[in-house]
Amino acid sequence: MNETSVLWEETMHGGAAWSHVLKRGTALLITDLQGGANVGAVFYNFECPAERYNMPDTLKAQHIARLTKGFVLYSDMGRILCSITEDSVGWHDPIGGTSSAKLVDAKYGPSSYQEQRNDYHKNGHDAFLIEMGKWGLGPRDLASNVNFFSRVDVAQEGTMSFTQGNSKAGDYVGLRAEMNVLVILNTCQHPLDPNPKYEPKPVRVSIRRVAAPAPDDACRISRPENGRGFTLTERYFL
Amino acid sequence: MSGINLVESTLDPAMAIYSQVIPAGEPWIHAIKKGQYFRIVDLQGNQAVDTLFYNAHDYSDRYSAQDTIQQQRNIYLTSGTKLISTNGTVLLTIVADTCGRHDTLGGACATESNMVRYALEKRHMHACRNSFLKAVIEWDHGMTKRDITSNINFFMNVPVTLEGKLTFEDGISDPGKYVEMRVETDVLALISNCPQLNNPCNAYDPTPVQVLIWDGAAK
Repeated sequence: MNETSVLWEETMHGGAAWSHVLKRGTALLITDLQGGANVGAVFYNFECPAERYNMPDTLKAQHIARLTKGFVLYSDMGRILCSITEDSVGWHDPIGGTSSAKLVDAKYGPSSYQEQRNDYHKNGHDAFLIEMGKWGLGPRDLASNVNFFSRVDVAQEGTMSFTQGNSKAGDYVGLRAEMNVLVILNTCQHPLDPNPKYEPKPVRVSIRRVAAPAPDDACRISRPENGRGFTLTERYFL
Repeated sequence: MSGINLVESTLDPAMAIYSQVIPAGEPWIHAIKKGQYFRIVDLQGNQAVDTLFYNAHDYSDRYSAQDTIQQQRNIYLTSGTKLISTNGTVLLTIVADTCGRHDTLGGACATESNMVRYALEKRHMHACRNSFLKAVIEWDHGMTKRDITSNINFFMNVPVTLEGKLTFEDGISDPGKYVEMRVETDVLALISNCPQLNNPCNAYDPTPVQVLIWDGAAK
């Protein structure tokens, strides 16, 4: 991607939350700065947040339980919120969910702002709710999340296991907005990460201007379902 | 958890305090109390029963597919599975299961997802998320589409492969198979007896299911 197209960028600390309305015609590039990052993400149609990222619709339209370049993120309305146009990792987790205060306390021990200042332990559930609250969204709007840079394998009998070392320093994933998308992120550790230490990793977020998806766009032609998803998304803007 | 673990119930249907047949394509919404037992029977086999649960005292605290599979570290629901809410509440525990495996990744069909998955001309076909919306509107407690989240598909078989593919396999359920739950928190149960005709989740022939409730004393 052309560096000159960067509109702005910033670093998200480990354990931080972030939100932005990613406009149609722009893309978000997330870079794992140190390796081993986890970025929990939820997505809403900014104009009507009752329309939101839908995990099952995303998985079953594309017959996948992992995310990578060429796949798209579906809303519950048959539209594409974001396309994954770049990916150096190959596997991002759409099923593992996020951490809770209870899990973080049990895993890393209790913590508080008073004792640890800004290094107090954050959890994904609360991070999502606080950031969602800034946009008028609440617990009824909590939906299944994606975990970028993390990988959860499913064995034949259904057992889920976290793969360590899935993402290296410098790895990146790029999301092109196909609608005006409220993107809510946090850099809390993955709930299934066996690392016993609280050490959430930072990422770089970069907003760029990008071309509209062409008729032969890789995400659009990756399967007939996605072609129909793009048609429904483009109809929304007519 | 490994393989298929079939567990039968000792509860006698004649002793149930509630019994209702849900025809194919119909929704059902009902409050169930802590300590009661809740059974769903696949009367004719291979019928997907799309189900959501809410904490009856706070509908914003509701069944979470991701929290449920994360806590048991397994994507399939069966005997022993605790159905976990978004706030970490145990809503129900599966205590008997003669089918052996239930899905919670495949979600519910919708007119919109049918357009994506099958053809734009499929919009007119009846779908679970229309049934869910009809039920919560009639329930008249302020619930809306925001409350329709990732659901359970009882009796549906949706394996994930080692390569990260999601596949829809023929059902492993047969006539009379059932799943039974102990209710751990007062809940509101919401079911859409799936009308999908475009894939094998109902063997292309949606059929009725039965729901039964027992008081805890029956055990």
